Amino acid sequence: MNWSVMIPMLGFLLIIFFIGIWASRKNAASGDSFIQDYFLGGRELGGFVLAMTMVATYGSASSFLGGPGTAYTMGFGWVLLAMSQVVTGYFVLMILGKKFAILARRYKAITLVDFLKMRYRSTAVVILSAFAIIVFLFSAMAAQWIGGARLVESLTGISYNGALFIFAVSVLVYVTIGGFRAVAVTDAVQGAAMVVGTFVLLVAVIIAGGGIPNIIGDLISENPNLVTPFGNEGNLSKAYVSSFWILVGVGVVGLPQIAVRSMAYKSSAGMHRALIIGTIVTGIIMLNMHLIGVFARPIMPGIEVGDTVIPLISMEVLPPWLAGIVLAAPLAAIMSTVDSLLILVSSTVVKDVYLNYIKPDATIKAVKRASFGVTAVLGIIVYMLALNPPDLLIFLNLFAFGGLEAAFIWPIVMGLYWKYSNKYGAIASMITGITSYIALHFYNEAYGNLLGVHTVALPVLLSFIAFVVFSLVIGRKAHSFEEEWKELKQEALGK
Amino acid sequence: MKKTKESEDWRFKIANREALIGVGLALFNFVWWFGFAYGLGSRPVEEYTYVFGLPSWFFYSCVVGFVTTVILVILVVRFFFKEVPFTEEEDEQ
Repeated sequence: MNWSVMIPMLGFLLIIFFIGIWASRKNAASGDSFIQDYFLGGRELGGFVLAMTMVATYGSASSFLGGPGTAYTMGFGWVLLAMSQVVTGYFVLMILGKKFAILARRYKAITLVDFLKMRYRSTAVVILSAFAIIVFLFSAMAAQWIGGARLVESLTGISYNGALFIFAVSVLVYVTIGGFRAVAVTDAVQGAAMVVGTFVLLVAVIIAGGGIPNIIGDLISENPNLVTPFGNEGNLSKAYVSSFWILVGVGVVGLPQIAVRSMAYKSSAGMHRALIIGTIVTGIIMLNMHLIGVFARPIMPGIEVGDTVIPLISMEVLPPWLAGIVLAAPLAAIMSTVDSLLILVSSTVVKDVYLNYIKPDATIKAVKRASFGVTAVLGIIVYMLALNPPDLLIFLNLFAFGGLEAAFIWPIVMGLYWKYSNKYGAIASMITGITSYIALHFYNEAYGNLLGVHTVALPVLLSFIAFVVFSLVIGRKAHSFEEEWKELKQEALGK
Repeated sequence: MKKTKESEDWRFKIANREALIGVGLALFNFVWWFGFAYGLGSRPVEEYTYVFGLPSWFFYSCVVGFVTTVILVILVVRFFFKEVPFTEEEDEQ
């Protein structure tokens, strides 16, 4: 076992445990608003924590392992593509922004499904969206666990099963104990670890490569395409790269794990700060990590598996103890994605399914027990699945991001800003989005990308058309938030 | 129709405006990114120029583009975004 890498990493995990326990103390202090607290951190996030939790949730295994690995193969074209993600730093908060925050409070919404339920007042919308979240995000989460365990395995030399066990225990302990606030606060620590880690590694890689001009020279003499925007084989087209602005850029508005963070912040001042910090941090991480991937090529040629580029180059150019600290960054990214997804899926089960349909009059005690229980049980199921991942899981994970975006983007955005939005539009939009995404996925696999763009682009367009057409054709009615608010207040008084 | 317009929450007007600013910023960001990358990067590699060792298309599109975006976000938030309360003022329990 490689102890000089292990010790800094274990230290990192201990810090995370500590924070989880500390945050749970704060949790225990506030009694009756347990659900809001456990799943939303009491809507008290400040700017820095909000920004970091969004970046850390979004920046997953792909930003730290898969993405740089592809940049290693494809060259600067893939770094260009990755930079389309900077837009997420400000776009999500500016679009959902204050209106989402205000309405979420009026609706007393804890989850994205709560929001949709109140806005559209439709059981079908609730069931469809809860179903999409549970199926897609559960698979996405399991895939991240597998990535996390593989990383621990490659760093420490312990077996995959052993690595998975360490990973699972650390995630479960602090999610179960601490809830959303613990997750958000640890995200902040992990986000900071990521930023510092990427800088250290980038500088070390540039030094090891003999300076940037030297590295670029090596790349050109190997294959000039590596320094063009078109990829190593010249096959990254403008249309394809640009369509990633939807998948990993503006479409992120439709991801439930990101949207739910837009209702957790305390004040508009915090949101303003988060906009700025989020943009800076996203840009730095994406730029640095993908450049590291490209620059690693002349230093360590011939790496076959993309995911191993970052672990290998770190151990090559850094002293072991520093490699341990730096590699805590991708581990941090994976863990923070996993814990956010875990808490989101369990909130969907407890809040949107159990409290809505199974036991609406559950006591606080029962809800508490259910929340801890569901979170723990979900974690154990994911652990069992990750031990021996079934094909179905890998398959569903392929649809997770694009499928969720196609399903949720218009019901959220149009529900906020277009007064004719209604439940028929929302239902049609979700069904169109998911089915056309899956259908197009198979078409593109068989015949190449339709119109040369990524699979996500057309379903997002189709679900938009479905939304508008169905909203106008069936039950067309202008929605007034003010009248709705009066009704909500009267309902509250009636109780 | 007119009535709903008049009674619309003042905070929503601010929210709508800020959402539009977000769309505008994203469009600008995209045009900058696309223009420099493919404007400067479509030449043959032998004709590339370099800034700080990086190909100029990449430097202007991704490095300068990122810095410009950050500056714009800071300016926009500072001068155009307004702070609003998120809870309702008239609490009539």
